Amino acid sequence: MKMRSFFKMAAAAVLSVSMLAGCSAPSESNNNSSDGTIKVGIMAPLTGDNAQYGIACRNGAKLYLDQYNEKGGVNGKKIEIVEYDEKGDATEAVNAFNLMVKDGVTAIVGDVTTTPTIAVAIEAADVNMPMITPSATAAEVTSYGNHMFRSCFIDPFQGSKMASYSYEKLGAKTAAIIYDTGNDYSKGLTEAFTSTAKELGLEVVATEGYAKADVDFKSQLTNIAAKNPDVLFCPDYYERIALIAQQAKDAGLNATFVGGDGWDGVLDVVSDTALVEGAYFCSGYSTDDTTPAVQQFLKDYQAAYNEMPNMFAAQAYDAAKILAAALEQAESKGLAVGSDEYKSAIIEAMDATDMDCVTGHITFDENNNPVKDAVIIKITDGKYTFDSKF
Amino acid sequence: MMTFIYQLINGLQVGSIYALVALGYSMVYGIIMLLNFAHGDVIMIGAYTIWISITAMGLHPVLAVLMAVVICTLLGMFIEKVAYTPLRKSPRISLLITAIGVSMLLQNLAQIVFGANAQTIPSIVTAPNITVGSMQVSVTAVITIVVSILSMLGLTFLVQKTKMGKAMRAVSEDTEAAQLMGIHVNHTISFTFAIGSALAGIGAALYCCAYPQATPTMGSMLGLKAFVAAVLGGIGSIPGAMIGGFVIGIAEALVKAAGLSVWADGVVFAILIVVLLFKPTGLLGRTMNEKV
Repeated sequence: MKMRSFFKMAAAAVLSVSMLAGCSAPSESNNNSSDGTIKVGIMAPLTGDNAQYGIACRNGAKLYLDQYNEKGGVNGKKIEIVEYDEKGDATEAVNAFNLMVKDGVTAIVGDVTTTPTIAVAIEAADVNMPMITPSATAAEVTSYGNHMFRSCFIDPFQGSKMASYSYEKLGAKTAAIIYDTGNDYSKGLTEAFTSTAKELGLEVVATEGYAKADVDFKSQLTNIAAKNPDVLFCPDYYERIALIAQQAKDAGLNATFVGGDGWDGVLDVVSDTALVEGAYFCSGYSTDDTTPAVQQFLKDYQAAYNEMPNMFAAQAYDAAKILAAALEQAESKGLAVGSDEYKSAIIEAMDATDMDCVTGHITFDENNNPVKDAVIIKITDGKYTFDSKF
Repeated sequence: MMTFIYQLINGLQVGSIYALVALGYSMVYGIIMLLNFAHGDVIMIGAYTIWISITAMGLHPVLAVLMAVVICTLLGMFIEKVAYTPLRKSPRISLLITAIGVSMLLQNLAQIVFGANAQTIPSIVTAPNITVGSMQVSVTAVITIVVSILSMLGLTFLVQKTKMGKAMRAVSEDTEAAQLMGIHVNHTISFTFAIGSALAGIGAALYCCAYPQATPTMGSMLGLKAFVAAVLGGIGSIPGAMIGGFVIGIAEALVKAAGLSVWADGVVFAILIVVLLFKPTGLLGRTMNEKV
């Protein structure tokens, strides 16, 4: 609370400085554009427990912004990266945000994990700071104002993707769901799957729940087998999927398995890969994706960092791309860098995003969540194989 | 109707496992009045034994199962010698607390040695489902039910017809009198633990067929439910433990089938409360006068 009021004062001070500056010299609002650069913040946990995510995000975003500068930048102005390590901690993240404001940052790529992202999103709402997180998936993240965007899809989105995919691509007429009633991820995907299935006319013939610590699903699977559905949607993490797959076979179930990104890793824990053969699940990104944009990204990233980019790096690259495109829009209006109008223009331009990115074609819905393709992965011959973008 | 029959089979399958475990509880309670809460964890060790035998040692699944039975038997006897024998003359509450201690020790030991993550057990039974008319029955279910019924028949024979069984019954009836009649009480108790743990080993194998994962805490819920089965059937009674296991298994399957899966565990423990309130001796238990 104290931090926040301090911050408001600081923000007010910055604003009044910029207004005063605006009076005296219209071309220079504050220290932002004086040297012909636009300051963009990258906030990520670069040390600590979440560093592996944070570093990937920082690298992905930095790669794009560097490439962008090499091409000449925005309107002749280079993007200057202001980077802060928030150590995966909400308080540190708010501090980092305040420092960024002090540094004259115009927009931010970040934060990475859900809790600090929410803390910063709340603070940033007060100054209408444009932000785009590459990776915070909780629905709540973008609910604190129109300034907050994300380039990853939220969990429930996968449920509705898989419903559409089952209906449109797998030709399913009937579906069944088995899910963990005590897990938000599993519940969210189930609700989204059900509502999309209803819209499409894909009949959900059975929805069976199980409790958190259960290992026995035979009764539920027997009920499902009696309805003989075309697909069985299992939105859970891989360890549980392995048990469900074994018992589905015992229950004589012939449905095609479909699932969300929690399936990634199932082949390591399933007692026999034949049990999940032919299953489909969605993911945000796959290095097996043959799309030219992805292949180019893989090449560039490996050249820059000498390692394969993971999903976080790809989503951060996209976040930076969306932001840079929005900066161009704001610049084209001839607004003073860092001014309130400039920030509003960035947000407006991000709202209207409609472009091809590494992780798919992205537009934003009314909640600033991306509407984009998912990568569909199929398990074939005991291996994960890239099936399609959907 | 068809679904109902399938659900009964599901119930019998899981019930057979409960019954095998419940037998271990019942026999031990019958002979030294101890609720051996470490019994569930013996099954956990059995599951890890199967896992190691198949993945690290490359044994055939059948040999792995035998290995699990042997290890469980030895472990059961070891626990009895180290933890319970020194407390034979102590109050029963000390024994009970020791049993809980052993249970925790085994769980934490497994967590240190094998890690907290689930370990995947390769398929033990790979045969396709059996088709009977229009019904498909899983081989795992058939094997589980058949193996446990055979084990129970074997056990009944052992207890009723052999000399060792006679000794077990005698010790369970009256330890001092049995000793006076020349029965080696310590050997008999060890033997009881060995048999109970061997059944736990078989239970572990059947459990792994159906749920091919081993975790350090897998034994605790299984053990508790088997305990409820033993109490329901009448603790100390062998046929009671079997009936209790089947009833609990079927009750659980039907509750889940009715879409109330979240309540399945609740129903099992509600059965325990009801039994303890209205018929503490269980279905087939005999009323025992407290020995002085």
